[in-house]
Amino acid sequence: MAGEPIASANQANGTARAQGATVEFRHVTKHYAAREAGAAAVEDLSLHVPPGEICVLVGPSGCGKTTSLRMVNRLVEPTSGQVLVDGEDVARIQATTLRRGIGYVIQQTGLFPHRTIAQNIGTVPDLLGWPRSRTRARVDELLELIGLDPALVRDRYPAQLSGGERQRVGVARAMASEPPVMLMDEPFGAVDPITRERLQTEFLRLHHQLRSTVIFVTHDIDEAIKMGDRVAVMRQGGHLEQYAPPADLLTKPVNDFVARFVGSDRGLKRLALIRLADLPLEQTSLARVGATIQPPRNATDRYTLLLDANERPVGWMNLAHMPPGSRAAREAADASSPFVRAETTLRDTLSMMLGCSVQTAVVVDDDGRYRGVITIESIAQELRGSVALLPGDATPELAIP
Amino acid sequence: MSPGDPFIRWDWVASHLGDIWLRLEQHLVLTGLAIGIGLAISLVAGIWSSRWPWLYAPVTWVSGVLYTIPSLALFALLIPITGLSIVTAEIGLVSYTLLILIRNIVAGIRSVPPEVRDAALGMGCTRRQLLWRVELPLARPVILAGLRVATVTTVGLTTVTALIGQGGLGYFILDGIQRFFSTVLVVGAGLSVLLAMAADGLLVLVEWWTTPWAHRRRG
Repeated sequence: MAGEPIASANQANGTARAQGATVEFRHVTKHYAAREAGAAAVEDLSLHVPPGEICVLVGPSGCGKTTSLRMVNRLVEPTSGQVLVDGEDVARIQATTLRRGIGYVIQQTGLFPHRTIAQNIGTVPDLLGWPRSRTRARVDELLELIGLDPALVRDRYPAQLSGGERQRVGVARAMASEPPVMLMDEPFGAVDPITRERLQTEFLRLHHQLRSTVIFVTHDIDEAIKMGDRVAVMRQGGHLEQYAPPADLLTKPVNDFVARFVGSDRGLKRLALIRLADLPLEQTSLARVGATIQPPRNATDRYTLLLDANERPVGWMNLAHMPPGSRAAREAADASSPFVRAETTLRDTLSMMLGCSVQTAVVVDDDGRYRGVITIESIAQELRGSVALLPGDATPELAIP
Repeated sequence: MSPGDPFIRWDWVASHLGDIWLRLEQHLVLTGLAIGIGLAISLVAGIWSSRWPWLYAPVTWVSGVLYTIPSLALFALLIPITGLSIVTAEIGLVSYTLLILIRNIVAGIRSVPPEVRDAALGMGCTRRQLLWRVELPLARPVILAGLRVATVTTVGLTTVTALIGQGGLGYFILDGIQRFFSTVLVVGAGLSVLLAMAADGLLVLVEWWTTPWAHRRRG
């Protein structure tokens, strides 16, 4: 997932695509005539998005994030300033030509209710005049990519899919012609939190394969931190307050507005940026099902972790009840401790530990085999090292043992 | 109508099948032409009115006024200009379809969800592609609903054009009234009703076939 070496993964399975394009805002201002004089939707926005990155525009409603996004594909024309894609001023490109080269995903999906899923995904290829067979192959490829069975959903209509499936199709439709730039306006805003979480993770996975440049609008700072390579925090009136990688935003907010917007729990939010794979794992005492229990690695250990024949953890055994020398049995193991994968964020891991009222989580690989453990103590260590304080902030007392 | 006559003399029906067929055909042509021309005019007016909203008020005003003119008066006014011809009949019949059709076309196009329009434009559809690939197909159920009302109304109204020497089945109705002969009257009126119902049913089928997305649900 996030930790994979992208280039080698792409070369290995042959899905390397054209790199994304750079997107640049140069002193872009937008005034709407209808608003009172002087009130700008976007005020002197300058922003540079490197190719292949996800740039998240985030801010409260009325901060001009959607307007900014829509200026890239000329659904909105700037009052002054320029938007450049790969160095070319979009105002010089015919609007329809420009838009066919830019993926576009919106919150309510905007799927065409009267066209099948295949026809929906094939919209831009159709507009571009692709031969039917090529479009069809691409549609099936995309459906598989987003985890839907082409044979099953190809000929269905949007109303026949669930909300989450519709959002996936919306994303697939935007990717159909492999556009170097994608615009996503709160693409996961209309689904329930669990589905949203999953769609976010899926999109990050897709993005690592496709590497198009993405401009992503959201009002949700957590989503911004999770999705963005860079995050642009905007404020009412269309002012850009800070443009930085998420970690910098959390550790070094430039002013009060950004600090308040990212929230006083930004130290915790930072945990969402770190994955277990980024930390050195600890090891613990182990025992195998059916084997004799060995003395613990550390004399102070009160528990030992029971593994099955496939190296998969079964649960913890209390050494007070199962002393070294006795035979390890499945029934003696307590499975209440969470098993987490290396790509899990520290935030999710911590949340699971708190949910289970335990201080240690077991880290497993993709096949569920034991790799190590992580303790609340080591997460707290990470927290302490990462949070820089603003003057006036309450000192976060980390009361975690 | 003499007291001894039965309500319907089937022997008359049997001996006049050719005649009946001819009038039915006339009726179909008169109605079909009126609906066809009316739909064409309404599509243009409706599409323009949804593109330029300021047009909608004058367009509905004109078609509303036409709709309120009594048909007899309209034909009487037209006879000095276009004579006792099919043109006179069609001008009248077409006039009465416009209000319903234009309103439904505009309502249909307006009912297209804004996000669908936004997505279509954002993916690079031209205005024309937006209209033909997205707006009109999505407006189809509403347009067809209007077409059904207009068709049923026109089938009935066509009988009135018998007064100016057209009229299809209306010829029988007029003939029946003038001769106090119930059989022809019933044949004319009855077939007109059946024709209206058949046309309506046909349009229901058309709607069903052309909007599979509107009635297929999950599963």
